[in-house]
Amino acid sequence: MDPRNFLYMFYGFAAAWLILVVYVVFLALRDRKLRAELDRVRRMVEDSEKRVP
Amino acid sequence: MREKIIFVLAGICAVILSLDLYKILLVLPNEKDQGAIYRIIYFHVPSIITGFTGFFVALVASGMYLATRNLKYDAFAAAVTEVSLAFATVVLATGMIWGRIIWGIWWTWDARLTSMLVCWLIYAGYMMLRRAIEEPTERARLSAIVSIFGCVDIFIVWKSIEWFRTQHPGPVLSVREGGGMAPGMEAPIYWNWVALMCLAAILVMVRMRQEDMSRQIDSLRRMAHTY
Repeated sequence: MDPRNFLYMFYGFAAAWLILVVYVVFLALRDRKLRAELDRVRRMVEDSEKRVP
Repeated sequence: MREKIIFVLAGICAVILSLDLYKILLVLPNEKDQGAIYRIIYFHVPSIITGFTGFFVALVASGMYLATRNLKYDAFAAAVTEVSLAFATVVLATGMIWGRIIWGIWWTWDARLTSMLVCWLIYAGYMMLRRAIEEPTERARLSAIVSIFGCVDIFIVWKSIEWFRTQHPGPVLSVREGGGMAPGMEAPIYWNWVALMCLAAILVMVRMRQEDMSRQIDSLRRMAHTY
């Protein structure tokens, strides 16, 4: 039996979770960016409404 | 309400995964020929079933979009496809690591591996296509067509181990009449699938919330331009 067997099993588990964690981080960053953009556009609309006589 | 569902699903997922990890690592014995490395199957197979379930749901949502032209179905299909693509990536990565020990190589152009890579590329292309097209209805129409074509490849991936007897192992699960695993060794695969489906549902809900925010931003921008 390959002596690296257990080590590569660990790599397999680690790779599976790393990919999912990277995706979750990517989602969290996009969430933050979208929230900031939503706030910015909301403020822009409010400013435009105030300027309309 | 959405937050409550997310917390419940996260709880179910954490409990099942903890119990399963305990069983996989501390209770189940090593496989006679493969040793410890066979345990990769407990994430490899549930990930592919989760991914393919997602791609199939995306196919239904894409069909619903083409039938109704309601952009909500398109947003749902996009969310599910993106999450399923993450699980498809897990399948390729874990399969390569298993192959390195069992076959002595990271990759081979075997029918199952090649069709799975093509599947991954089709859905990666789907995500790129969505970024490339600005106009929402055109983007939704073309994405739906790609999603429908992608599902043809899913069927090829699924059947490839029966049609072509090349390097990848044949069916091992009893539901596919493989019968290559003891019942006690097979059960954690299905439990892990339930856990990963819960995780996928959480990620789709988060992704759908982002789609809602994007729609809100677009409508507010249009409103701002009218002043």
